[in-house]
Formats: sequence, C-alpha cells, structure tokens
Amino acid sequence: MTLHNGKLLALCVVTVIVLFGLQFVLPPYLTLALTRILILSVFAMGYNMLMGYTGLLSLGHAMFFAAGLYAAGLSTYYWGVTLPVAFVLGIVGAFAVSLVIGLLALRTQAVSFMIVTLMFAQAGYLMTLQFTNITGGDQGLTLPTDARSFGLFGMVVDMTSDTARFNLALLIFTVVLAVLFAITQGPLGRLFVAVRENEPRTQMLGFDTYAIKLTAFTVSGTISGTAGALYGLMFGYIGSSFAGFQNSIEALLYTLIGGPGTLLGPLLGTAVMTMLIDRLSGITTAYLIVIGVLLIVVNLWFPKGILGTIRDRWLGWLK
Amino acid sequence: MRVMNKGQNRRSVLAGLAGTGLLMASPGIIGRARAQSGDAIRLGAPFHRTGIGASYGRWYERTANAALEVINAGGGINGMPVEMIVEDDGTDPKRGVELIEKFSAEHKVDAVFGHLFSHVAAATAPRAGELKMPYFLCSEAHTLAAGGFNRYCFQPSISDVKSQVSSMAPWISENLGKKITLIYPDYAFGYDHRDNMTAAIKAQGGEVVADIAIPPTETTFTRYMPRIPFNTEVIYHVMVGPAVMTFVKELGEHLGSNRPEIFGFIDSLEAVDIGIPQLEYLEGTHFWEGHARYAQADQTEFDKFYREKVGVDENGASVDDARDISTYAHMFSVWETLFAMKQAMEMADYKGPDQKVAFLEAMEAIEGFEASNEFPQGEKLFNGKTHQSFAHQNISKVTDGKLEVVYRTSIEETLYEDETDYTQMSF
Repeated sequence: MTLHNGKLLALCVVTVIVLFGLQFVLPPYLTLALTRILILSVFAMGYNMLMGYTGLLSLGHAMFFAAGLYAAGLSTYYWGVTLPVAFVLGIVGAFAVSLVIGLLALRTQAVSFMIVTLMFAQAGYLMTLQFTNITGGDQGLTLPTDARSFGLFGMVVDMTSDTARFNLALLIFTVVLAVLFAITQGPLGRLFVAVRENEPRTQMLGFDTYAIKLTAFTVSGTISGTAGALYGLMFGYIGSSFAGFQNSIEALLYTLIGGPGTLLGPLLGTAVMTMLIDRLSGITTAYLIVIGVLLIVVNLWFPKGILGTIRDRWLGWLK
Repeated sequence: MRVMNKGQNRRSVLAGLAGTGLLMASPGIIGRARAQSGDAIRLGAPFHRTGIGASYGRWYERTANAALEVINAGGGINGMPVEMIVEDDGTDPKRGVELIEKFSAEHKVDAVFGHLFSHVAAATAPRAGELKMPYFLCSEAHTLAAGGFNRYCFQPSISDVKSQVSSMAPWISENLGKKITLIYPDYAFGYDHRDNMTAAIKAQGGEVVADIAIPPTETTFTRYMPRIPFNTEVIYHVMVGPAVMTFVKELGEHLGSNRPEIFGFIDSLEAVDIGIPQLEYLEGTHFWEGHARYAQADQTEFDKFYREKVGVDENGASVDDARDISTYAHMFSVWETLFAMKQAMEMADYKGPDQKVAFLEAMEAIEGFEASNEFPQGEKLFNGKTHQSFAHQNISKVTDGKLEVVYRTSIEETLYEDETDYTQMSF
C-alpha cells in the first residue's frame, strides 16, 4: 500500500501528540474547553467532508448532529443501554438519517440543495419539539446517573471526570482524523474533489457522480452524528437546541475559518471561533459584532480560511 | 500560472496569524481566577444578555448590581466583599453549560445564580451537580421541585409555575369563567402552563376548550386566532420573546370589542409599556404578576426601598427613561436570591468553598423569609426538601392603563404536595 501525503500524516500525528500533551499544561478550564473543541471539531470535520472536499454546501447538518445525539441519548435514557452501545446506536442512527436524506436531497443542486437540506433540518428540529413527551423538547432530557459511567476492559470510565472526558474526546477525534485521512488522501477522496472541481468531466470519465456524492453525504452525516452522540453522552444532556439552524451555521463557520478542504482546518476553525466567543463574551456585550467583523475580514482576505490560504500559498500538501 | 507578491502576502498572512495568536494568548484574554479564595465572595452570573431572554437579562443584571451595592455597603457577607462576574449565556442551553464550567474551573466562584429561561436551566443544572457548584435559579420551571435536578440547585425566591397556576385557577374560575382557551409558547415553559392549568381548572369544575401552542420562532399570529372557539369564556395567554407585542396587538385586532375575558401572564408584556394606544383593548383584563409593576395604594416600605435602589419609578419604568419598562414581575427574584444566599452563608459562617456543604445545608434548614427590604415581594415559605420557595401571587386588573392588584393569594393557596426530597441525596 502506498502512503500518500506523508507530510500531512506526520502533521496529524504531531497534532494529536500536542493535543494529548496540552492537558498537562493547560489550566483546568481550558482543558474543559479543549474537550468541547475536540467534539465540535469532529462535527466540523464531518461537515468539511461534504462542503470542503465535495463542494456541496449544506445548511442542515445540525440534523445529523441531532440524529446521533438523540439516538444515543434516548436509547440510554429509555432503555438503559450502556454508553458504548448507546454511542454505536448514535452512529448507526446518524448513518441511517444521512443515507435517507442524502438519497432525496442529492436530487437537487446548488441553491436548491442548500434549501432542501435546510428544510429537512427544520423539519427535524420541529419534530424534536412536536414529540416533546419523548424528546423533552427544548427543555431536553438529563441523562440518569447510571448513564454517567461505563465499564471497559475491567476499568470504570467516569464521564463526570474531566480527565476521562478529555482523553475519550481525543481518542474519538484521533480515530475520526485517521479515517478521514485515509478517505481524503486516497482514491475516494480524489473522486470527491473531482466532483467538486468539475462534475460533468467526472461523469464523462465514467464515474457515477450521484453515488460519489451520496457516499460523501453519508460519511459526512455519520461523522457529524458521531460528534452529536459523543456530545450528548459526555455532557449528559440532550435538547432540541442542538437540532436548530444555529448549530448548522456554526459547523459552516468553523469550516470556513479553518479552511474548507483541509483535513486539520476544522480543528483550527473550531478552536479559534470557540475561544474567541468564550473570551470576548466576558469582555464585551458586543462580542457577536466582533465575531461578525472577523468573519467578514476572513472572507475578504482569506476566502479559503486559515489553512486553505497557507496551502494555496506555501504548503500544497496541506489538504 | 498565478503571479503574486509572495513577500507581501506572506507578511499579511503572518501578520493575521500573529494577530490571532496574540489575541488568543494575551494575559487579559486567557483569564485566570483573579484572586485568592478567602478574600471575597465571588458569584457567577450567567445572564441572558442576548437571545430570546435579553429583555429580562438586562434588568436581572441591573437588579443584581443594585442588590450587591446594598450588600457590600452593609459589610458584605461574613466581612468579605461580594463580587459578581457576569457572562452572557445567549439564552442558549449549550452556552449555559459552558459557562457553569467556566465559572467553576476558571473564575472559581463560590456559587452561580441568575438563570431564568427553563431550557437553559435544565441543561445547566446537571452539570452544576457534577461540578458540585451551588446553583441558584431565578426561573419558574417546576423541574426543580419535581425532583429533576440535584442537591446543589435551589430556587429560594420566585414560585414555580405549578404553584402560580394552581393558586390562581380558583379565582379565575369563580370570577372570569370556566371555559378556558390556552395560548402558550410551544416549548417546555408553555407546557408547564398547559399541564398545570388544565389540571387546576378541571379541579374547579371547568374545562379547557382549546389549547393553542405557538412556536417560539413565530413572528405573526393571525393564523392562530381563528382557533379560539366561540364558546370561550376566558382566554389565558402566556407568551414570551421579542414578538409578544405583535401577539398581543393581533389578539386585540382579532377579538374586537366583543371579546371574552382575558387572563394573561405578565410575561406576555414584561418590558412592554401597556399604556400605548394599541393595547387600549386590554383595559379591564387581568394579569398574573409575581411582583406588582405599578406602585400600589398600599405599597410597602420594602417595595419603595427596592424600587429606589434598582432605579425603577412608580410605573415600573427606569427612573432614567420612562419608556424603558422593567421586567418588574420577575426581577425581584434576583434581588431576593442574593439575600437568601447571604442569609445561608452567614448561618454557615461561610468563608470559602471548604464550607460549601455547610452553606447548602444551612440553605436547606431555612424555613422561610419575612417581608423586608431584603424580600420586598413579601414573605415566603421555603421548602428545604424540594429547594423551592412559595410566595403570595398577585392578580392585577388593567384599570386606566395601569395594573391594579385585585387579589393577592395566600401562601397556603400556592402549596402542593412534595414531589421530591433532595436532602436524601448525597452531596
């Protein structure tokens, strides 16, 4: 097997090692914040798969995040399944939802695709409110105490422990990063990029672009749902606000800031956005204006995001 | 091939990255707990500065600042000054959870208080329990008293929705009518009203003839109005958010002069001037008020003191701007919660987090509060098992464009059977 893009692989490995080491030097709150950044960057990495690599701009990814969140959370809340099983159910739930929605939404293109994904996501959001007696609606559900720990290979993993949560989030992040590295730097990833760059030409070369897009859509939705399942189980709360439009936009912004079509861009974008909101909201009530100005600046001068700009100008392998 | 000025671009990219890095890493940005434990009492205040609860958040913050001025002028708590660290939760549950972590791990506060909207409180409360952070709600959700939270959560001032609704249903059914149409926001706060009002009115021999749930994102309401049945005797409405004014106006336009009785929760008109021409049709209708917005003929000295300190005039508006109407019916809960925390901390001789358990046990041991400058809304019973307060509720009638209290419930009318006992839960 040929290893493509060894430099990027090395950077990914270094990134994971640095992230692991950060828990020993960062103050407790920043470790907690980094835990959240890792989970949300998994969400953004899923989004990036579709938007960055395949060129399909979805406005409804909160639906997949919520599919994972609810499939995992409700199964442990009502059936009392263990956390690892609930996590797998969350992934399966997100896979099923993304496959079905993908089959329908991919019949549209460009602006219509954005609107259709947005409409599906709104329908999903309203369903979480409609079935409040099951989902808890906007007030949500707090997972029971039994669902705050689980046994694994003879060890008890306590989800209320900050260390356990950080390392678990890092583990899932690393696995997702490895899977996405394999996909994006291999033949499948080239097909995704081919669709993004020139879909008619890809068709002319004999590829079934609908199948390629459906694969990208399903992978993207499943990864987003993985983040949702992890978030719900880790923080012990599920609620309809995670299915809302704002959550979809956040994934888009994380990706845009970090660099669409770069493997590590979503991590950087999520970290920058999360920490800016966190820090600025403690300093000024006008923090959303500052964030807005930043987004305008990035779009004007760095339309390809931070890592996208670096890739285009200096490091071509950073993709 | 694209030609570009590499030096200039590299410089601009590096400058941008350096700027971002500098911003992220500067000491003022990367915050730390600013002082050592024992020199002050630090309280975290996650207010709804933005989002759907922004009108409340602004007044909650103003009320909290006024209360802290009074507390600090009186020597603070146990000889220590009280500091408040305010953060904006955006009325967002996700941000609510992040902030409780930030208050705990970074600001290292002694307690957190001030959440109003029930979905934010519902998401935050479990994490407060995990972090062992005393968490004082200024909400009205019944979840706390129903046993949905944990031993670290308290609501020592404002009564919950179940208490409010069940205490007023007998008066509504005796004085206004027995066939009720409910109009409420389509989320948990609205469901609390729907469920409790339906049960309470049924117990009075009445019935709910229609219940109309309106999504919180709605901006126009005319399509919901035809769903009000003709045999409705009383319209019961409780709406919140930026579109409440539109809702109330459109309700008036739909009903015209031949309207049924109207009973609303003042939530529908908090921070809104009811004296404007579009709301003239509200004359003669009734509202629930936790604390009477307009100074009443029998105004207490305590209410006078509280208004003066917060800067609210006799019409419930800011003394600086008569058009800036406060959220008077709710914001007393912030003031009173701070004084309840002070009382419990003094009972426990609280000096810092080492005495956290003693502080919480002292809170549980409190049986009530007397009407005073500290508790201007009135006396209260505090249930140490359910961590919930029970207080008088006001029913006010719009008379000459002002709200006049026509009935004040007894505290006994607001009580119901205990649904949980947090004292059985370990810390």
